[in-house]
Amino acid sequence: MHIMEGFLPGPWWQIWFLISAPFIIYGLYQLKILVNERREALPLLAVAGAFMFVLSSLKLPSVTGSCSHPTGTGLGAILFGPFITSVLALIVLIYQALFLAHGGLTTLGANVFSMGIAGPIVAWAIYRAGAKTGINTFVTVFLAAALADLFTYVMTSVQLALAFPAEAGGFTTSLVAFGTVFAFTQVPLAIIEGLVIALVFKYIIAVRPDLLVGLNVLTERTVERIRGPAA
Amino acid sequence: MKYGLELVVVAALIIFAAIFLVQNAAIQADQGEDEEAWGGADGVAAEIIEDSGYEPWFDPIWEPPSGEIESLFFSLQAAIGAIVIGYFFGYYRGRKTVE
Repeated sequence: MHIMEGFLPGPWWQIWFLISAPFIIYGLYQLKILVNERREALPLLAVAGAFMFVLSSLKLPSVTGSCSHPTGTGLGAILFGPFITSVLALIVLIYQALFLAHGGLTTLGANVFSMGIAGPIVAWAIYRAGAKTGINTFVTVFLAAALADLFTYVMTSVQLALAFPAEAGGFTTSLVAFGTVFAFTQVPLAIIEGLVIALVFKYIIAVRPDLLVGLNVLTERTVERIRGPAA
Repeated sequence: MKYGLELVVVAALIIFAAIFLVQNAAIQADQGEDEEAWGGADGVAAEIIEDSGYEPWFDPIWEPPSGEIESLFFSLQAAIGAIVIGYFFGYYRGRKTVE
C-alpha cells in the first residue's frame, strides 16, 4: 500500500498530511494517558507495535502474480483503538521510508492515513459492533483484522485515483485500475492476516485476559465463556 | 476443540502455498527470459502512474544500495518485531506458571 516517494503531486500530499495530523496528535494524547494510567498494558502495546513490524515486513506472493504485504494494524486497533494505532503505524512507515525506500517522506501523510487510520477505524468499528452482537470473538477478530487490511489497500487506490484520474473515465476508471493492482492482490493476504491476528488474540486471552478486560476489549463474561471449555 | 483455530490457520497457509505453486508454474511457463514475475504491487502501481507521463518530484533521501542490503533491513524489521512479541509472551507465560 505504500505510495512511493514523490508519487503524490501537490496539493494531494499536503492534504493527506493535514488530514492525518489530528489523528496522530490525538493518538499521542491517548498514548500519554495510557502510559500514565495503564502501565500494566504497556507490554501489550509493544506487542501490537511489534506485530505491525513483523507483518509489514513480510512480502507475500498473491494470486495476481505480484507481491504485497499485510499491515498488522488490526491487533493494535482492536486493543487500543484507531488513534494510538495511527501512531504505531507512523513509526513503522518512517522506518520503511528511511531505511528501505518503501513509501516516502512526502507520501507519509497519505500512507499513514490508509494504513494507520482508515484500516484501523474499520477494524475497531467491526470489532466493537461484533462484540455487542455476541458473535464468536475469534470470528469478529478475524473479520476486523482482514477487512482492515483490505480497506487499507482500497484507501490507497482511492488516494491514487484522486491524484491521478484517468483521462478517459476520470476517477472511477483510475480507481478500478489501482484497485485491481492493490485490492485484488490483497484478498488472500487479508485472509491470512485475519487468521494470524485471531490466533494471537487467542494467546493473549490465554495468558493475560485481565488486561483485555481492563482495556474494555472483552467483558469478564466473554472471557469466562472462551476459557471455560479449555480449562 | 482445543486447537481448532490453529488447524484453520495451518490449512489456510497450505492452501495459500498451493495456489502460489500452481500460479507460479503457469506464470513461469508463458513469460520470456528477461521478465520477472512476483514484483511488488507498489511498483506495479508506480508503473501505471509513470506510463501516464508523470515524473516523481521527489526521490528517496536514501535507498538501499542493493537487494541484499534491502533484505537486511526487512529482516531486521521482522527480527525486532519478533523478539518483542516473543519476550512478552514468554514473560506472561512464565509469570502464569509461577503463580
